[in-house]
Amino acid sequence: MSQIDIQSDIQQTILKQQKIDSRRKWILNGVLLVLLLLAPFVMYPVFLMKILCFALFAVAFNLLFGFTGLLSFGHAAFLATGGYTTGYLLSNFSGLTTEMGVIAGTLMATVLGLGFALLSIRRQGIYFAMVTLALAQLVFFFFVQASFTGGEDGMHGVPRGELFGLINLEDNLNLYYVVLTVFLGCYLLVQRIVSSPYGHVLKAIKQNEPRAISLGYKVDRYKILAFVMSAALAGLAGSMKSVVFELASLNDAHWHMSGEVILMTLIGGMGTLLGPVLGATLVVNIEYQLGQGPLRDWVDPILGGIFVITVLAFRSGIVGEVQKFVRKNMG
Amino acid sequence: MTMMKKLLTSAVASALMVGGAQAEISDNVVKIGYLADMSGTYRDLAGPNGLTALEMAVKDFGGKVDGAKIEIVTADDRNSPDVASSTVRRWVENDKVDMVAGLVASSVTIAATKVLEEADKLGLVNGSAASSITNEYCTPNHIHYAYDTYALSIGTPTAIVKEGGKTWYILTADYAFGHAMEKDVTRVVEANGGEIIGSIRHPFPTPDFSSFILQAQASGADVIALANAGADTTNAITTAAEFGVTQSGQTIAGLVVFLSDVHALGTEVAQGLQLTTGWYWDMNDETRAWSDRFMEETGARPTMVHAGIYSSTLQYLNAIKATGSDDAQTVRKQMMDTPINDMFAKNGRIREDGRMVHDMYLAEVKTPEESTGEWDLYKIISTIPADEAFRPLAESDCKLVTGK
Repeated sequence: MSQIDIQSDIQQTILKQQKIDSRRKWILNGVLLVLLLLAPFVMYPVFLMKILCFALFAVAFNLLFGFTGLLSFGHAAFLATGGYTTGYLLSNFSGLTTEMGVIAGTLMATVLGLGFALLSIRRQGIYFAMVTLALAQLVFFFFVQASFTGGEDGMHGVPRGELFGLINLEDNLNLYYVVLTVFLGCYLLVQRIVSSPYGHVLKAIKQNEPRAISLGYKVDRYKILAFVMSAALAGLAGSMKSVVFELASLNDAHWHMSGEVILMTLIGGMGTLLGPVLGATLVVNIEYQLGQGPLRDWVDPILGGIFVITVLAFRSGIVGEVQKFVRKNMG
Repeated sequence: MTMMKKLLTSAVASALMVGGAQAEISDNVVKIGYLADMSGTYRDLAGPNGLTALEMAVKDFGGKVDGAKIEIVTADDRNSPDVASSTVRRWVENDKVDMVAGLVASSVTIAATKVLEEADKLGLVNGSAASSITNEYCTPNHIHYAYDTYALSIGTPTAIVKEGGKTWYILTADYAFGHAMEKDVTRVVEANGGEIIGSIRHPFPTPDFSSFILQAQASGADVIALANAGADTTNAITTAAEFGVTQSGQTIAGLVVFLSDVHALGTEVAQGLQLTTGWYWDMNDETRAWSDRFMEETGARPTMVHAGIYSSTLQYLNAIKATGSDDAQTVRKQMMDTPINDMFAKNGRIREDGRMVHDMYLAEVKTPEESTGEWDLYKIISTIPADEAFRPLAESDCKLVTGK
């Protein structure tokens, strides 16, 4: 066998493998989509929407953390900015339709994200995390003090309104499908981003930043763009959340929320697409189900325990571990 | 003609009354949801022991109203309005919950009562402090029972100024809640002939109060008022004890202080602290008898919130029994019409804005020498009559009062 033959052989095996992988992915995605479409008939729609909002938040965070390798400890600021902006606009300007409020909230978070990124992007690792945390605390104090947020009481009675002035969102089912559509759109967008040439550069930066620089990439610009996109999606999650719950509160701006999204992403599997979605689903469910049962005093220790086990025993998270297992045993 | 009119109106009225009497208990179960912070900051003042108080009320009532079973469901609100909103929504829409009890953090309470208003169910708020709950956020679907910030920030200053504490220094948590209390305290102190000689705002939350306490001490004011809550209050009191503030003759007035806080601090640290409370376990035989039972179940003495949960639940169940209905408006009306006379309050009444008004008490924390036991913490100095304790309806912004 000549060398060329061997090479084409290898190429064929890789292609075959990719085909199997992509077929598996399609089947999995199809099943998930059907489940999501049918879910509100089995489960409580508001609860599902909550999961979707947090899943989007985690997906946004993962774009930065999992794919670019930047650990932001201030993502709550974007969630809250989106939520408060949308809440304020929809409550005070009755002429605005819901989607305009949501878009405005997202834009506001995007602008804030750009500010954060410009100030923090030159630092790495723990310093980057601390700078983002400090900036997020500034935002938190702003929301505590500002009169329009209602401080500790929170902002209540945000009207859900009508989408495009046509579809009544007071109805939980209508709102569910709107939220689902937005979520799926964002999910596909992130999928597209990470598989694009731009996404590959992000991964290169994550793996070895000096090498990416030596290859001639303007690394800072790539990171800023990733940060801003992540902030925008987080803001969108917050905006939708305020529409779903008809309220925005300080909890969204608190650093606990920044911690929670890290937890979701790590449990699910950072750097995978489905990981953060699964992580968010799990964390929201654990909080809810345990909160109702006899273990309700133990929610925080249990979440903490899961976090420790994840970090110690299976670092790539649930989805990451499953992927490894599948590749090893079923390839 | 007038005769006819009278006849007609009385006929209509009696028809309506018959209609009312026919109302019955929905799906033959009275379901109570207990929503509170079970694991976080507010665990001790309401939390799992509040659930025990609720269960005691149901048990004492007999577990049944008119043959309908009384069921309790419970959830941890994690101090999050999102969790509160989705839990209460699910309770009223899917689980047919008729009444929600507990309700601690103000953001949680406001979120929950909004949902209750939409679904026309009832909420009995005991844990929350914010007086906005029966002011700008009032709804026809909840009752605020045990106490509120208005009563707390009015009661203590009034009583202290009358007893000779003329000059005041205020330590304020720097956010809306603290600002509102600072305003209330200033107004009351000045109205009673006292004087504010200084104030300082501290960030929320603050772990180290040394510099603030030193400034307050140096001001030479008779009274140092703490316009903050929770961990800020306990931190400030601890620091004040370290600097010997009370020993040097100054009084510390805590505005939002619970029995559980004082118990955690101990009399050594908290001695001499003056505070307002809606209820204290060691006031009379009735309160002691109930508290003994409570202590048997939980191992702790009840706070005013626990007692409020017990009392309000019994009031609620009695109202259902009297009207034969668990419809929110029927029950609320019946509760408003019935004066409250039990171990929690004497001649308490529920106003149209949902505020339950009753006597409040000014208490002082005992010194270690005076205290005879772990829970022997307060001595009641004076009673603040119900009419003075709560925000008068004339000053109310509540939509049910102003009609707007």
